[in-house]
Amino acid sequence: MKKQIAVIGLEMHCEMKSNSKVFSSAANAYNETPNSNIALLDMAFPGTLPVVNKKCVKDALKVSLALNCSQPEYMYFDRKNYYYPDLPKGYQITQMASPVGVNGKIEIEVNDKLIPVLIHDVHLEEDTASLDHYFDTSTLDYNRCGVPLLELVTEPSFHSADEAVAFIEHMIQIYRYMGISDVDTKRGQMRCDVNVSIMDEDATEYGTRVEIKNVNSISGIHDTIEYEIKRQTELKEAGRYEEVEQETRRWNEETMSTVRMRSKVDAIDYKYFVEPNIPKYKITNDWLDEIKKEIPRLHLERKYDYINNLGLNNYDASVLVKNKDISDYFEDCIKIGIEAKIATNWITTSIMGYLNANELEIKDFYITPKRLKELILAISNGTISNKQAKEIFNKLIVEKKEVKDYLNSDNAQISDEEELTNLIDNILKNNPKQIEDYHNGKTNLFDYFVGQVMKETRGKANPVLTKEILNKKLNS
Amino acid sequence: MIDKSIIEIHNALKSGSITSKELVQESLKKSREVQEKYNAFVTILEEQQGSDVNDSLVTGIPFGVKDNFSTKDVLSTGSSNTLSNYVPIFNATVVQKLFDKGAVMVNKTVLDEFGMGGTGTTGHTGAVLNPWDKTRMCAGSSAGSACAVAAGVYPYALGSDTGDSVRKPAAYCGIVGYKPTYGMLSRFGLFPFASSLDTVGILARSVEDTAIVADIMKGKDVHDMTTWDSSKLHLKEALTGNVKGKKLFFIKELCDINNYPNPSEELKKHLENFNKTLDLCKKLGIEVREESIDQNILNAIGSVYVVISCAEATSNMSNLTGIIFGPRSDKKNITEMMIDHRTKGFSPLIKRRFVIGSYVLQKENQMRYFKNAGRVRRLIVDIMKDFFKKYDGLILPVGTGVAKKLDGAVDKMSKEASALEEHLQIGNFGGFPSITIPNGFIDNLPVGVNITGNCFDDENVLNIAYALESDMPYKGQIAKEVS
Repeated sequence: MKKQIAVIGLEMHCEMKSNSKVFSSAANAYNETPNSNIALLDMAFPGTLPVVNKKCVKDALKVSLALNCSQPEYMYFDRKNYYYPDLPKGYQITQMASPVGVNGKIEIEVNDKLIPVLIHDVHLEEDTASLDHYFDTSTLDYNRCGVPLLELVTEPSFHSADEAVAFIEHMIQIYRYMGISDVDTKRGQMRCDVNVSIMDEDATEYGTRVEIKNVNSISGIHDTIEYEIKRQTELKEAGRYEEVEQETRRWNEETMSTVRMRSKVDAIDYKYFVEPNIPKYKITNDWLDEIKKEIPRLHLERKYDYINNLGLNNYDASVLVKNKDISDYFEDCIKIGIEAKIATNWITTSIMGYLNANELEIKDFYITPKRLKELILAISNGTISNKQAKEIFNKLIVEKKEVKDYLNSDNAQISDEEELTNLIDNILKNNPKQIEDYHNGKTNLFDYFVGQVMKETRGKANPVLTKEILNKKLNS
Repeated sequence: MIDKSIIEIHNALKSGSITSKELVQESLKKSREVQEKYNAFVTILEEQQGSDVNDSLVTGIPFGVKDNFSTKDVLSTGSSNTLSNYVPIFNATVVQKLFDKGAVMVNKTVLDEFGMGGTGTTGHTGAVLNPWDKTRMCAGSSAGSACAVAAGVYPYALGSDTGDSVRKPAAYCGIVGYKPTYGMLSRFGLFPFASSLDTVGILARSVEDTAIVADIMKGKDVHDMTTWDSSKLHLKEALTGNVKGKKLFFIKELCDINNYPNPSEELKKHLENFNKTLDLCKKLGIEVREESIDQNILNAIGSVYVVISCAEATSNMSNLTGIIFGPRSDKKNITEMMIDHRTKGFSPLIKRRFVIGSYVLQKENQMRYFKNAGRVRRLIVDIMKDFFKKYDGLILPVGTGVAKKLDGAVDKMSKEASALEEHLQIGNFGGFPSITIPNGFIDNLPVGVNITGNCFDDENVLNIAYALESDMPYKGQIAKEVS
């Protein structure tokens, strides 16, 4: 059999952040208590009407712009009609004919290479209620009903599970950077549909496409794709490719396999038509320009900037851009003149270590870039040692003082050459036997002298200078 | 007193010669009589007390509400078994606005199930009989509201108009039916039938009374995105009666008796009446001209309406499953529950419309039916808007004559006559303001005439109707049963 190429497309649904739901005034927030964040429309009481949440539209347009899509002149919504208990209206308000973005293109990094990804469309829609099944009961919680969803559909741009996963991770970063969504997969804020097919290396037409619905974790996406590629390839190898049908399947976490849900023949006709209760809305160029200005520099651009212009390595740059707030903090450090590598070191070790251990956000961190700079300055002009700096770092967080409060003579590092020389001369005078032993071959006594200096100065002697002076005195 | 006009009643209340409580009692008593004779109501609010009187013209005065409006704590069924026990927790915006002014709701009126019908006979509590002749229908779907107002239960009632559901019952019952420009009155709380056609309407016994009520109910509503700012319109104030220089047109293909190969006596008299009304217009200084519209387009009106309204209705009614509200089926499986509730709850007529609606929306059919209906709708609306550049309004007879018999012994309609029955739908296609007023009698049964104008031109349309009405003797008339 010829070599096979896997062809993968993704549909990614993410719950968006906003105060209220996309068409109703109920709160858009996680709530343990079922049926507590609901408005009349969410339960489809007769006579209720949708009212569009402008912030959600704005955020959707932001994503459309960030993905280099084309925006429509007029925004419309459509009804997707079907019956299911988790859809109280009997239709979902979505965008079919005129989505917020079409024909986009971005580049993502996969194993240190950049590959292009084509975006079919991005559109705004509403989520359904949560349906849970028990032995003889089913429960309906309408909290999630009407929550804004941003759906992103790619062209079949991926050829491996790694590429698909890299894309998802890239989009998660983008959504978090833009504040569109937290993408908390533990709370089910992201759901993906994966489309997989295989084709001969030199074929001109795509193979049979299989859709796997509702894969909700990154590892799930990876496993689903690998499983499907394997399943389809094995069938083809065995001359049974016709058993690969154009159908919808479901990923089963327990059996680690995909299972048929419905075939193309049973495919549902959603009878889409324009939502008549929402008048069309003009998307002006002025509004788009305004929205564009609000798009922050995204993670990939920042990463390349740090590598190419600030001399950081790939690993450090990646760590810094993982979280926008940390990246912003780093950039603030650079802005006020802290050297890139030094800032990186402090952030990736002491600062992130502290934040992770105490489950804090850098936004609330006491040591601002300004305070960090003062600390770093004190080290570089010899006022304190690295070791002392770390102590002050810890004290600052707890005592909430300023760096200068710790730089008095009591705490200051002794870097004055004359002072140290006198001190060392004193110590040497008082340790004649050790000097003799040192000259007779016990060179490890050097550390003994250093230790004596530290003891005398209670650890405040500048260690580099101390060793320099001792060296001169003992070895000249 | 309850059979008088709003202003007369208001003055009596302010002067103290009658109290709101007395009015309510009178209205409730009349309600019971009307219910007994004509079956106009789903619910009568027997406990209603009346309200304090303030300066608003509607304060303290009873009124009726069609049962497809959401009324808090009061049964709202849509005249359907799918909502036979549904008591809402909120008021429709327009109803709330009237309550805020002290208006007193005394009953919920019968309709054709969910507004889908033109006879007033398909509601789940049975047919509404015409107060002028119990063997005849009121037309629909706002049958109960039209019947009650005509019978003198109160000065006005709310209705809804998707194809003619306020304006035709008004004609059959000898009263005034006003359908404002789409979006002037909020639809929040109105059970939807066809969202792009549905309009809140008013049944009353005079043009002035419809204007008074519309002035109170209108306004941009944050709950309804299709509403617009009408604060610059003052409908009652605009009723000057001065219509000199106004221009109206009528459609030759519909009004010329020679276009009907075998016209009935009734149709002849109906068109004669219409011509008399045109003479009256001229007398008032209105210029009236005959215009022609392609018969093919006129013949398409009915199909456009059926396709669009059935499609939208099918989608709009998908929330009726009995899971959250309405009587819940006792089947054990969710899908069976939904199917059972809907099978038992909807009448066969509704189901027929759902079949049509589903069919025209199917992927393989949409272009040919639903999308094309939308295009023809646009065509019709553009033709109207062209005419409205020259004319203040379109004037036409309502239907082919008097209220039809209930026993179905009706003359079969000729193709030409059907456009005469259906032209009111044009008002919904374009969202045009449209009002029906009584303009005569045929064998002691009332007939009506309709004026439709351009969007947002409600003041003008109402004023023309007001001027005509003032020069005819039918204003304020109460139904008298013909024996």
